[in-house]
Amino acid sequence: MFDDRSPIYLQIADKIKEDILSGALGEDEQVMSTNQYASYYRINPATAAKGFQQLVEEGVLYKRRGIGMFVSADAREKLRAERRERFFEEVVDAMIAEARVIGISLDEIVRRIEGAR
Amino acid sequence: MTLSVEVKDLTIRYGDTVAVDRLTLRLAGGKIYGLLGRNGSGKTSVLSAVSAFRPATSGAVLVGDAEPFENAALTRQICFVRDRVDAQDTDRVTAVLRMARALRPNWDEEYAQALIERFRLPVRKRISGLSRGMKSALSVTLGLAARAPLTIFDESYLGMDAPSRYAFYDELLNDYMTHPRTIIVSTHLIEEVGSLFEEVVILDKGRLVAHEETEALRARGVAVTGPADTVAAFTEGRTVLGDQRLGGTRSTTIYGQLTDDERAKARYAGLDLGPVGLQDLFVHLTAEERP
Repeated sequence: MFDDRSPIYLQIADKIKEDILSGALGEDEQVMSTNQYASYYRINPATAAKGFQQLVEEGVLYKRRGIGMFVSADAREKLRAERRERFFEEVVDAMIAEARVIGISLDEIVRRIEGAR
Repeated sequence: MTLSVEVKDLTIRYGDTVAVDRLTLRLAGGKIYGLLGRNGSGKTSVLSAVSAFRPATSGAVLVGDAEPFENAALTRQICFVRDRVDAQDTDRVTAVLRMARALRPNWDEEYAQALIERFRLPVRKRISGLSRGMKSALSVTLGLAARAPLTIFDESYLGMDAPSRYAFYDELLNDYMTHPRTIIVSTHLIEEVGSLFEEVVILDKGRLVAHEETEALRARGVAVTGPADTVAAFTEGRTVLGDQRLGGTRSTTIYGQLTDDERAKARYAGLDLGPVGLQDLFVHLTAEERP
């Protein structure tokens, strides 16, 4: 996934995902309404709705007619699995590449990780 | 209730000067639209024709399928707000408010009072005694409380200081959500208000440059940065909006969506792809000379 085109609706979707991952939003919990969200972040409600729609399509949120949007039961697990898949590529590989550039040996990194146990 | 706006092949001329040049535009209505353009791009002329303040030289303007010019029933549904108050200098603020209450069928007195309090408007003063900021605050109060199905703010809040402007943006957004209507905001302070617009219309020299959903436009510009040769090879044949060099590094702003494949290729070639904000995109699209 690329992070260099950032329409606001994608940033909204990311923010809600972060809240689900951190546990700030629990499963089957209702999320703020489009209008509350728009008002809070001073954005057009159609933009907020687009962000929510994106999450419905990804199965992270579900809609209850006339009531609002809720966090899917398996949303957190699903998001964690996605993150785990990207972790080694985006975090570990990037760290190794940086270490090579600035001359830190892998042994040093391993020692550091051992120390964090 | 909301109103659609249709401008067909509209030309407005002042003597030899062409302010609006065969402009065609359709706004479905019920949204907040941003009208962007430099000074003298024709924004106020178009909005004046839409609000029936001036006739078209040629072409047509339709608001909700009817011509607004000399159509009193329709013009009561249209509120055109400028940064000065349409009243005598000797009138007191209370008199101006009373007039608006009488003229505007959807006027909400309670809301007007809340706005007066929020902007701390001195209601007993005469118009001539108001500061520029207070005049602006009075005009936006008239515009918001009128709840007109078509409400147009023509840079009307420019005289206000930053806290008052943000108060206005909050009021505009919240009142639009509780009372949906067609709102057009003309501005060049895009960074401040851009996120409020569902669609953006960009004018330059009386012509239409872009009309798009704001979010789509936001994804439309890409800044390609990297070694000069690589950047040149990648951006060849594309619409280039801007170009900057610093030593061996070059940064070229292009217009148009890139496919995932093209993005991957750019990365592989060691190029950095960055987003272009609405304000920058506007500056590039309406710059005097394109490289």
